[in-house]
Amino acid sequence: MSKTIIPFGPQHPVLPEPIHLSLTLEDEIVVEALPALGYVHRGLEKLCEIRDINQMIQVVERVCGICSKIHAQCFCLGLEKMMNVEPPPRAEYLRVVWSELHRIHSHLLWLGLFADSFGFEALFYQLWKIRERVMDINEATAGNRVIISVNVLGGVRRDLSAEQVRWITSQLNMVEQELKDLQSTILDDYTIRSRTVGKGILTREKAYELGAVGPTLRGSGVAQDCRQLGSSALKHLEFQPVVEQDGDSFARNKVRFLETLQSISLVRQALKGLPKGEIKTKFKGSPEGEAVSRVEQPRGELFYYFKANGTKNLERLRIRTPTFANIPPLAAMLPGIELADVPVIVLSIDPCISCTER
Amino acid sequence: MDEKTYSENSADKPVEQPKAVLETRQIQAGSLKGEILLLKDQGYRFVTITCVDLDQESVDLIYTFDRGLEMVHLRIRQPKAESAPSVSDILFAAFLVENEIQDQFGICFDGLVLDFQNRLYLEEEVARTPFCRYNVTRNSK
Repeated sequence: MSKTIIPFGPQHPVLPEPIHLSLTLEDEIVVEALPALGYVHRGLEKLCEIRDINQMIQVVERVCGICSKIHAQCFCLGLEKMMNVEPPPRAEYLRVVWSELHRIHSHLLWLGLFADSFGFEALFYQLWKIRERVMDINEATAGNRVIISVNVLGGVRRDLSAEQVRWITSQLNMVEQELKDLQSTILDDYTIRSRTVGKGILTREKAYELGAVGPTLRGSGVAQDCRQLGSSALKHLEFQPVVEQDGDSFARNKVRFLETLQSISLVRQALKGLPKGEIKTKFKGSPEGEAVSRVEQPRGELFYYFKANGTKNLERLRIRTPTFANIPPLAAMLPGIELADVPVIVLSIDPCISCTER
Repeated sequence: MDEKTYSENSADKPVEQPKAVLETRQIQAGSLKGEILLLKDQGYRFVTITCVDLDQESVDLIYTFDRGLEMVHLRIRQPKAESAPSVSDILFAAFLVENEIQDQFGICFDGLVLDFQNRLYLEEEVARTPFCRYNVTRNSK
């Protein structure tokens, strides 16, 4: 049978950001998928040579337009480790609060886009409406909706008042109830299941071997989540990774939905246990040597490498984002599936190309 | 609130800052694939490769692996004038980062299973290696 090569992207209705896949087809079946990047590469890592470590916090927040806060946290954790700086307990709890709020709004954004990818517009609108409550919390507590800039080296920049804690809790109660109202639709609806169950299967062995991360890895039955490392206040909170066994698009969808509810629980726990005290440890000096740090972004494990020479600027900053790790698994998922299922499967890894290309 | 946590004028108590050391295992390029196969057999999964420009002559390539959230790092010193061995034949996931290093640092990888020929991020007219600190001339294969 003759082969046809079809370009998928960089502009496509299901893609919020540009990535190109060159799909080789036999009839309607994909036999090979080759990714191509380079549409939004900015070279942000290189900026560490001319921006000092405090300025770089603002730069790394702009690596991703969705989980900006967690990038800044990973950056701060690495440098704090290098410089033996320990943030105050209150700051560690506040970091968890804002990180999990970011995870909630990122997963809700994705769940909405996912519903939209197979034409379930009503669900898309509902999910994004719920997400607005979380964006309002970000705006009310940090002054902005996405790039909230709360992290500084040694702690956080902003605090929460007792009144804000009560208000966030009440808002999250509503988010949780609204999500539970949609649970049967998201997990049992015929349309969703028919477009996702058994589509884009990534086996446990393949997911592990190909370096998959985040819900893509956990949807394939591997119970690995960087939050298990217990960084910040997570060591004091009750947490178990959400794992599904089937490895298909539906499993990845289910992991993200359940993680959204789990993150609400983590925010609640962190707010309940929020200790009194300072929000920032002050210190002098500049980092020297090498270190790595990693945290769990909504899309998976985020890895930073630092090399410093005792000056205000880093010699080398390397960022390995979750989508970068999930592209080889995506290339492995696509062969053997029908062309019509490609958009849903591509979206099922929650691709963030802005992150990937940095 | 003072936004500068690190300032020459700060009256805060200084924190002792010894040089941070990342535990890596230095190996020869020739034994890289053998070491990786060994790690793979032990259940480690590939995380990434980090390229660090050292001087006019060489870069460090740091290979990071993970097993149960425990990381292992292998390091090779790679002369810029020579090709590095690609590990994408045993770790398919490495093809993307090896292509990125080719683009950014001009290091060529031998046996790359999917070679974008320095065009992963860069356009054809770009003849420089944008992430190198010391020299920016691209090596050709």
